[in-house]
Amino acid sequence: MTICKRLPLRPLLLALLLAPLASLTPLHAQDNVFTGTNSGADRVRIAAADFKAGSPDSAALKRTFDTVLFSDLGNAGVFDLVSKSMQPQATPGTPQEMRVADWSGGTANATFVAFGSFSSAGGRGTVNAWVFDTHNAQYPQVLGKQYTDTADENGARMMAHKFADEIILRLGGGIPGIAESKIYFVRAAAGTKEIWVMDYDGANAHAVTHLGTISISPRVSPDNSRIAFSSLGNDGFQIRVYSLLLNRMVAFPSAGGTNLSPAWAANGQIAFSSSRSGDPEIYIADANGNNPRRITSSRGPDVSPTWNPKTGSQIAWISGRTGLPQVYIMDTDGAGVQRMTDTGYATSVSWSPNGQFLAFAWDRKYGPGAPGGQDIYLMDVASKTWIQLTNGIGRCDFPSWSPDGRHVVFAVGSGARAEIWTMLADGTGKHRLAPTGSDMPNWSFR
Amino acid sequence: MIQQHTLRTRTILTLAAASMLLLSGCHKKDTAPPPYAAAPTVASPAVPTATLNAEPSAIDLGQSVVLTWRSTGATSAVIDGIGPVNLNGTTNVTPSNSTNFHLVVKGDGGTAEANVRVTVRVPMAPVAPTSSDLGDDAAFHAAVQDVFFDYDSYDLNAAGQTSASQAASYLNAHPNIKITIGGYTDERGSAEYNLALGENRANAVKTAVVNAGVAAGRIRVISFGKEKQFCTEQNEACWQQNRRGQFNIDK
Repeated sequence: MTICKRLPLRPLLLALLLAPLASLTPLHAQDNVFTGTNSGADRVRIAAADFKAGSPDSAALKRTFDTVLFSDLGNAGVFDLVSKSMQPQATPGTPQEMRVADWSGGTANATFVAFGSFSSAGGRGTVNAWVFDTHNAQYPQVLGKQYTDTADENGARMMAHKFADEIILRLGGGIPGIAESKIYFVRAAAGTKEIWVMDYDGANAHAVTHLGTISISPRVSPDNSRIAFSSLGNDGFQIRVYSLLLNRMVAFPSAGGTNLSPAWAANGQIAFSSSRSGDPEIYIADANGNNPRRITSSRGPDVSPTWNPKTGSQIAWISGRTGLPQVYIMDTDGAGVQRMTDTGYATSVSWSPNGQFLAFAWDRKYGPGAPGGQDIYLMDVASKTWIQLTNGIGRCDFPSWSPDGRHVVFAVGSGARAEIWTMLADGTGKHRLAPTGSDMPNWSFR
Repeated sequence: MIQQHTLRTRTILTLAAASMLLLSGCHKKDTAPPPYAAAPTVASPAVPTATLNAEPSAIDLGQSVVLTWRSTGATSAVIDGIGPVNLNGTTNVTPSNSTNFHLVVKGDGGTAEANVRVTVRVPMAPVAPTSSDLGDDAAFHAAVQDVFFDYDSYDLNAAGQTSASQAASYLNAHPNIKITIGGYTDERGSAEYNLALGENRANAVKTAVVNAGVAAGRIRVISFGKEKQFCTEQNEACWQQNRRGQFNIDK
C-alpha cells in the first residue's frame, strides 16, 4: 500500500532533491542501472504458465515449483509479469502442446511465455522447461532446459530458481539472476546472537553457527566458502571465520581491542575495524588474517568498511572523526579521503556491485528530540547526489546489495525488534523476508 | 561477579545453618545418659565448677586437638559436638573448621559452663575472609562509580572525571586489583558504530585512570557497544544509564 501511494510522488520528490545540485545527473539514467530498462521503455512482458504434472504424485511439488518460478520472475524487477488470472487455463507440457497464439493475444498479451512439465520418479524430480517468443511463429523457442534435483520441496524450489535465473539472464539485459543467491544474517534468541542463512526469497532459513555468544556482522566471502563475522569472547569482540566447506570454525588471528565489521574484497582480502592501537581504525589483511596493515589514523571511531566491488581499489567506511558518524571513501592505501555525507548520522555503508552507488543508513535530523527517522539512502558516488529509498516503515539499517545490483536487503527496526526486508534499488517492491529477531543481512556475492 | 559474591554469602549462611542444626541435634541427647550416682549430700549442695582447655588451640586442617576438662560438684557433663562425657576427662578431636567447644556440667547446686575455641587454619578456605586484597566486589563497587557519558560523546565530562579519579585512588590504594573497563552505548544508532564508540569510551576512561597513576597493565578494555544493555526502555533516563564506562574487578 505504501508503495502504491508513493509511486506517483517519486518523480516529483526526486526532481526536488536534485534541483539545487549543480551537476545534474538525469535520474532516469540512474533508474536504468537498477532495473535494466530505461525510463519510458516497456519492461518485457512475460507469462509463466503453470507447469504440467508428469505424474499424479508430483502435483504438490509442481505447485511449489510454479509458485517459486512466478515469485522469482516477479521479484526480478525487470519483467512485466502476466497475472495468473489473466492467462489461459492451458498447461502445455511440451512444445507440441504449446499454442503461442493463445498467449500472445487476449488478456495475457505476453511477449514471452515460460512453460513445461514437472515429473518425479525414484526420488528425483525432473523439469523440462521452455521459453517461447510468442511473436515468432516459425522459430519460437528462446530457451529449452532440463533440470533434475531431489523430489522434495527444496529440490523443487532450487529447480525453479535455476530456471528463473536462466530466463532473467537471457531476457533481463544479460545480468545473471539472483534466485540462487543467499542472504546471511544475525538471529537473536535468548541472549545469544547466531549467524543464520536463508535463500534470497526468505525461504529455507537455518542456523549456521551455534557458538552460544553474541555474533554480529556476518560477511560471506566472494566464493561463498567462508563467513567472517565478529564474536564476543572473554577479550571482547574478535573477528572469527566459519568455513562453509568444512562446516566448522577456522583460525583467524585475534588481536587486542575490539575487532569488528569484516568486509571481503573481490580478490579475497579482508578489511575490518580494529582498536588494537587503542583507537578503532580500518585495517586490511590477507584472507587468512595475516599481514594486517592500518590504513586510517584519526581519533574517533572508524568502522564498517565496504570495498568498491567493481575496482577493488577503493573503500567506503564510517568515521566519527568530526563528531557524528559520516560516510567517507578512500583508496585502499588510505589516500584520497573524501567525505560523502554532509550532515546527520550516517552508518552501515554498502557499495553497489557496479561501483556506481553507495547505499547507507542515514538519519539526517539526528539529535535528542529531533523528529528524524533513520532510513536507507542511495548516493551516486561521482556526483554525491542522493535519493531516499525508505520512509515511514521504521528505523532502517544495514543495507546490502544483491549481486545483480537491482536489489537492496536491509533491516527494519532495531535490536530484538529488527526484521529483514528487501526492495528493488529504486525503493519499490518492499517486502519482509525474515521475522522479528533477524538483523544485519548480508547478500552473497553470487 | 556480583553473582559470585552472592554465592559466597550463601555459602556462609548455609554453613551457619548446618552447624546450628548439628548443635541443636546434640542437645536432644541430653536426656539419654543415666545420672551419675554421686553420694547424696544432705547439706546445701555445692555449686559446680567447670574448666575446659584445648591443646593446641590452633591447628591446620586434619590435625587433632586434645581437649581436657575438669569439674567439681557436678552430676553430669556434656560437651556440645561430642555429647555426654565423664565429669573429668580428655579426648582427641579433629574439627574440620574452627569450633567453639562448650562444656556444660550440672549438679545439685546448679550448672556451670566452660568454653574453648579451636581455630582451624583451612587452606583456600571456601569462606574466604572478605578482607582479601584481591578485590571484594561489594567494597569495589561502593568505592568506584561507573563513568557516564554525554550523548554520542566519548570525552569524559566533569562527573566522569570525578568518577575516574575516584577509581584511580581506589586502585592506587589496592595495588593487587586488576580491572576491566566495559564500554557501553545506548540502543540508538548502528550496532557496529556503537561498538567502536564503546571502545573509545572505555579507552577514554582507561586513559584518565592511567594518567592518575594506575599502571596500564592492570586495566583491560572491552567494548560491548549496545549488545549488553543495562536498561531496555526507550527514554533518555534509560539511554543515559546505558552510555557508560563500567568498572569491574578482572578475575
